[in-house]
Amino acid sequence: MKEHARRERIDRGIKARSDDVYALLSYREMLYLIFPRVVPVVGLAILAYFLPLYWKKVVIQACIFAMLSISWDFLSSCGMLSLGQALFFGIGSYIAGSLNHFFNIPVFLTIPIATLVGGLFSTILLLPVIRLRGIYFAMVTLILPLMLMRMIEATKILGGTEGITSLSPLPNIWVEIVLSMGGMWFVLFSLRRFISSDYGLIFVSIRDNDRAAMASGINIYSFKAQALFIGSSVCAFCGAFLTHAYMFTGMPVFALDYSILPIAASAIGGIGTLAGSLVGALILVPLSEYLREFSTLRIVFYGLILVICVVALPEGIFHYASRKYTQIERWVKVE
Amino acid sequence: MLIYALINSAILALMALGFNLTFGISGVANFTYGAIYVGAGFMTWTFINIFHLPYPISAILTILIIGISGVYIYRLVLKRIRGLTISEVIATFGIGLVILELLRYIGFIGFNYSLRPFVKGSIEILGTYVDIQRILIIVFGIFLIFLLYLFTHHTKVGLAFRGIAQEEHTSLSLGINPDRIASYSMGMGSALGAFSAIAILPLGTITVDGGYDVLINALSVCIVGGLGSTFGVIIASFIIGFAQTLTAMYLSPHWVMIVSLLAILVILALKPSGLLGHQKELEERV
Repeated sequence: MKEHARRERIDRGIKARSDDVYALLSYREMLYLIFPRVVPVVGLAILAYFLPLYWKKVVIQACIFAMLSISWDFLSSCGMLSLGQALFFGIGSYIAGSLNHFFNIPVFLTIPIATLVGGLFSTILLLPVIRLRGIYFAMVTLILPLMLMRMIEATKILGGTEGITSLSPLPNIWVEIVLSMGGMWFVLFSLRRFISSDYGLIFVSIRDNDRAAMASGINIYSFKAQALFIGSSVCAFCGAFLTHAYMFTGMPVFALDYSILPIAASAIGGIGTLAGSLVGALILVPLSEYLREFSTLRIVFYGLILVICVVALPEGIFHYASRKYTQIERWVKVE
Repeated sequence: MLIYALINSAILALMALGFNLTFGISGVANFTYGAIYVGAGFMTWTFINIFHLPYPISAILTILIIGISGVYIYRLVLKRIRGLTISEVIATFGIGLVILELLRYIGFIGFNYSLRPFVKGSIEILGTYVDIQRILIIVFGIFLIFLLYLFTHHTKVGLAFRGIAQEEHTSLSLGINPDRIASYSMGMGSALGAFSAIAILPLGTITVDGGYDVLINALSVCIVGGLGSTFGVIIASFIIGFAQTLTAMYLSPHWVMIVSLLAILVILALKPSGLLGHQKELEERV
């Protein structure tokens, strides 16, 4: 008989003890909890401080894409598979851009207004199709930004093909870094906390089994609309922010990049944890920037890396790392 | 003008058939399709102009090679992530991206990359001159649909195709290996893509960017017609083909894309499975 073995996974003792906040016994246990949260926050801040200007811009961009990915992951945890983060992003960008250009509203007002109004607008826009599930909802969100783009091209409103240029910039690079990075960590930690609260549990239950949620007397349409508002507000903030950072808004804000990259980042980082999407975005954006040296071959490498990651590590980097961090693995003989 | 609309519809139907076959049977949305279409065009061009093979042989060789590579894309990549929709989409999209951009890098850009029409010349129908190539496309389209019908209803593999499309677990219990059949369907879908490329591309030049357009067109036809329904694809390609030609005539070319996108949107909002899709009311909305 051939001997068979299987891999057994057991939670580390320290994880079992520190799962419950009341049972923290030692500094070691506190460190165990704090370490994976503080190190990335502090590390990224220090890194951004010492990098040259060009790479500072890359860090900002990575933070923005991380927010888009987190928002995508949040929507997908609520059962709404979106292929069109560009829609929310573009709406936020256009609102901020036109407020600034046509009404001369200063930056520190346009960004919050665009965040809220953009979220509201996207939610109302998608309200008629909120009943659709899975791939059908995804297709609608994929089509809408493409269509808005063509509409702007055909009707020539809001600057038409040229877009709106020479918007007022943000004061300086430090404000940009603090705003994007702070926004990113705020979105990550608050959404993680939110989704593990009792209220957030309802959102996850809609993804897991919407009909059971309905049968429990929950109005899932209202909850879906709320999730949509939260997710799209985050994206609208990103759009408004980048609009002012680049001092430009135009048709490219509805481009596929803003829809595809967040999904790719989440798939590489690990879906369903929010933190995974952040990890994925922080890897992918600098990588694509680094590959710029290879000119046209850049996209080839990029595509290859995506395929290899998805096939070789389907669970995602974050799931893999957190398993190593919290569990002991050993081989056990199967009788 | 109506004739051109008709031809436009036939072109759309040919483009969409391969995509539709793969999706309908294995449930894999094959986003590599655009790359396969363009790749087939360049491959035929290479066979003809560099290896100096005769036209029919190079066409058949291309269809065979593309078909086999479709099977291997499934075996090597998609088999491992089957069922994870997002991973499937990313993987196929990534492979398509790699192929298209690699072609661009190698330098297949320019106007001299075009295929010769099968038969030169044009004839007059109802007062408009039409190339024979365009007529051939309609003939090929009808022929292909007929062949596909015969294949799926009267051969063993074809019946297995329909088996796993309808109920994968039951067909497993009847001795059909879903992975093998799905890889065949991927191969056949790719071969159909190559075939349509060889038939359609002589109308213009082969460009890398054409691959993305083909993908969008195929997707829109399939959505409107109902994913996985061959008859739906035919009807949808007529609707979209006529709508596109008419808007290009009466409005401006800018609005062509908007009309087809609007068609998709309305269909998705009202009847998500498409005009003739299988009614799975519970799967598509709550």
